[in-house]
Amino acid sequence: MENLMVVYEALPFLLQGIITTLGLVLSALFLGFIIGVPLAIGQVFASSWIKKIIAIYVWFFRGLPILVLLFLFYYGLFTMIGLNLTAFMAAVLVLGLRSSAYQSQIFRGSIQSLGKGQLMAAYSLGMSKGKAIWNIILPQALRISIPGWSNEYPAMLTESAITYAIGVMEILTRGNFIASRTYLPMPIYLTCAIIFLLLSYSGMKLLHLLEEKVRMPGFEK
Amino acid sequence: MPKNKELILQVKDIHKSFGDKEVLKGISFEVHKGETKVIIGPSGMGKSTLLRCINQLTIPDKGTIWLRGQEVNHHNARQINQFRQKIGMVFQDFNLFDHLNAVSNVEIALIKVKGMKKQEARDKAMSELQKVGLVKQAFLYPAELSGGQKQRVSIARALAMDPEVMLFDEPTSALDPELIGEVLGVMQKLAQEGMTMVVVTHEMGFARSVADEIIFLERGRILESGPPEKLFYQPEYERTRKFLFKLTELYGDIKGYHKR
Ligand SMILES: Nc1ncnc2c1ncn2[C@@H]1O[C@H](COP(=O)(O)OP(=O)(O)OP(=O)(O)O)[C@@H](O)[C@H]1O
Ligand SMILES: [Mg+2]
Repeated sequence: MENLMVVYEALPFLLQGIITTLGLVLSALFLGFIIGVPLAIGQVFASSWIKKIIAIYVWFFRGLPILVLLFLFYYGLFTMIGLNLTAFMAAVLVLGLRSSAYQSQIFRGSIQSLGKGQLMAAYSLGMSKGKAIWNIILPQALRISIPGWSNEYPAMLTESAITYAIGVMEILTRGNFIASRTYLPMPIYLTCAIIFLLLSYSGMKLLHLLEEKVRMPGFEK
Repeated sequence: MPKNKELILQVKDIHKSFGDKEVLKGISFEVHKGETKVIIGPSGMGKSTLLRCINQLTIPDKGTIWLRGQEVNHHNARQINQFRQKIGMVFQDFNLFDHLNAVSNVEIALIKVKGMKKQEARDKAMSELQKVGLVKQAFLYPAELSGGQKQRVSIARALAMDPEVMLFDEPTSALDPELIGEVLGVMQKLAQEGMTMVVVTHEMGFARSVADEIIFLERGRILESGPPEKLFYQPEYERTRKFLFKLTELYGDIKGYHKR
């Protein structure tokens, strides 16, 4: 009973964390997307020295633990260059940049799976490279990417909790705060876990709907 | 074919190597308005490479391409894009845009390249689909079409740009035998209506009945060329005779066509 009361009283405070967590996750995914797509295009179509730079970028962000990136950017780089960011904004940036490295690899794979034929056809109609990529390659590559990309959401959701380390007021940080005050870790952390699971489940459901909606006729999953 | 007709396409001394393998060793020919040239030759001898060199999908190492007396400058991307609009290309494996239905496949370049209004492009695309007999299939996606239908959509897509000349790269090689006729039929009709065409094909029936000239490509050179009658009945080279004989045996002589 006492457990339930504590959870009940803590719930509004915890639920506010959903806003932060979702805000962080969605912003970072979005940032990762708008950087990841051009990176992928660059990795397939750009000149070799641009490809090399992108490869180094991808290697850097995939090669370091998130915590190292967070500390390096938040306490290190951002402070050094005098960029005064809140913990939340720093987390969005770091998780977003890191995600762009992962997302670029998903999109790159999709672009490459399309083959050269349609690109040739587009050129043969007088399309410039840019128009061909924008009108022919990207619409298909993005659709093909959805199933693979869907994993980015739960991954980002679970990873987002690590921003607790720089004090972002997301779900876990709030849970931690209450748990340490009430000395009732189990019910509180369990509540946090349930919130995470529900977020993960509903997000996946939405992505699945999107996948159904934009499926190309004749193309099975 | 009367030689006083307007000169559309000139291919001058085209060379192309891949690595140290010289695929094209100086190819030259001319295409006049309304002519159909059929290019034949053994597999891997550079027929596709030659067609791709013509519309600069592959940049030749040496040699020039001229359209209506104007040389194509492959250093100028804008000019190439404009030039390619005037050269229709049909590929062996169709290369339709899989995310677009038939009519959108045909109209997308009208909208995005020619800057046509949507409705105008739609009307034009529909009339092109009608020419290839696919109005009923206009809203089906490539994956929902048969091979023959796909190839006819791709012909309509190329025609929609109102090209000066059409290039066909083995347009029926990827088709089931029973579907070949419908595509050749469309091409024959095009030729009769006066379209200028360069066709790589093994279909000797088509070549005999439609070609003004057959060009025999071998080892990177034009071994021999001339009207079908000459190549079939009085070839200069024994190799030509053998090759034509083999093709005719393999692919049949006449698929629903009559000799002229
Ligand atoms: N992009 C390329 N890079 C390297 N080699 C190539 C390339 N394109 C073609 N080749 C080679 O050039 C030669 C000619 O190829 P091409 O496709 O033009 O021949 P083809 O006459 O069209 O043959 P097919 O009858 O099989 O279609 C082949 O040996 C091929 O391997
Ligand atoms: Mg070929």
